[in-house]
Amino acid sequence: MEKHYDNKRLQLFLGLLIGIVFGFLLQKGGVTKYDVILAQLRLMDFTVLKIMLTAVIVTMLGISYWYPKGKIQLHPKPGSIKNSMIGGLIFGVGFAILGYCPGTIAGAVGNGYIDGLIGGMLGIIIGSGIFASMYSTLKRKKIIEDDHFSEVSLFQRMKGSPFKYTLPFAAVLIGIMAILEVAGL
Amino acid sequence: MGIFTETQWSPYVVGALIGLLNIIALRISNKPLAASTTYLNVSGMIRKIFQREKVQRNEYYSQKTPQVDWGVMLVGGIIIGSFLSATLSGDFQITLVPEMWASNFSSDFFPRFITALIGGIILGIGARWAGGCTSGHGISGASQLSIVSWMAATAFFIGGIVTALIKYSL
Repeated sequence: MEKHYDNKRLQLFLGLLIGIVFGFLLQKGGVTKYDVILAQLRLMDFTVLKIMLTAVIVTMLGISYWYPKGKIQLHPKPGSIKNSMIGGLIFGVGFAILGYCPGTIAGAVGNGYIDGLIGGMLGIIIGSGIFASMYSTLKRKKIIEDDHFSEVSLFQRMKGSPFKYTLPFAAVLIGIMAILEVAGL
Repeated sequence: MGIFTETQWSPYVVGALIGLLNIIALRISNKPLAASTTYLNVSGMIRKIFQREKVQRNEYYSQKTPQVDWGVMLVGGIIIGSFLSATLSGDFQITLVPEMWASNFSSDFFPRFITALIGGIILGIGARWAGGCTSGHGISGASQLSIVSWMAATAFFIGGIVTALIKYSL
């Protein structure tokens, strides 16, 4: 654990700085626009998926390099297959109705989309609040529960260099994007 | 400077740079890129004004005190960064109703506002239920090879594609 991780004011500043670069890139990618996101969900244009898969490949290879050296800590999210399936499908429905996701909607606001600011952002805040109020009940009735995949990253299970696994996987993901390009999507 | 004034970059360039940014965030802040928790934080901070005790007793808010943290700054930064990029390329435009919505449904603001609000509420519930969003699960979780994140990202797109196809076939 490096010392500057605990410097709260520095970290708030770094969060802002990283956010500015992230927002800049999202806008340059076009995904701060409803039309681009809906074109993806309507399978007319695959810009969103191409950005996501490329980002996944680069991050995964970076982790493959620095995690074994102890220079990067993993943060696999808690949860379960069940939570991901149910919550993910609910998210997807909202995603298509709204036309933005929590990160890109902030970019949409910076791009001038008023429907994102006073409609969507407000809605996501309300929805998060509703979930917080439902949480105890959902947990007690075991509708939401963690399973043995909670907080697990496959990097923790790998023997030897992670590149043995991540390079072939990156090749598969690149192959998917190559097929999309050939298909003209 | 020419590239900064271009309206759109190749998705592969943007994706690769987001990947690099994600690694930088992990290295310098020990945090992966993620956006949705910010909205939970903001909801908690707003509710605290009206119902302080209820928020303090709430099991979910108690897991992490709602406050301005790294993630809130990140989302604030996204607004600024997008504004900078859009302004540099002349792509900034105050828009009430997106074009694809207007050409299929209506150019009035009110129906779009209500739909965005309802969509946002559903998305907000789903994001907390799944424990993340398109960036937290879809980019950060997926690149850390978390099974939970790969399942969530797949479900986001299945739910999104089916809903979008129904929405635009009405």
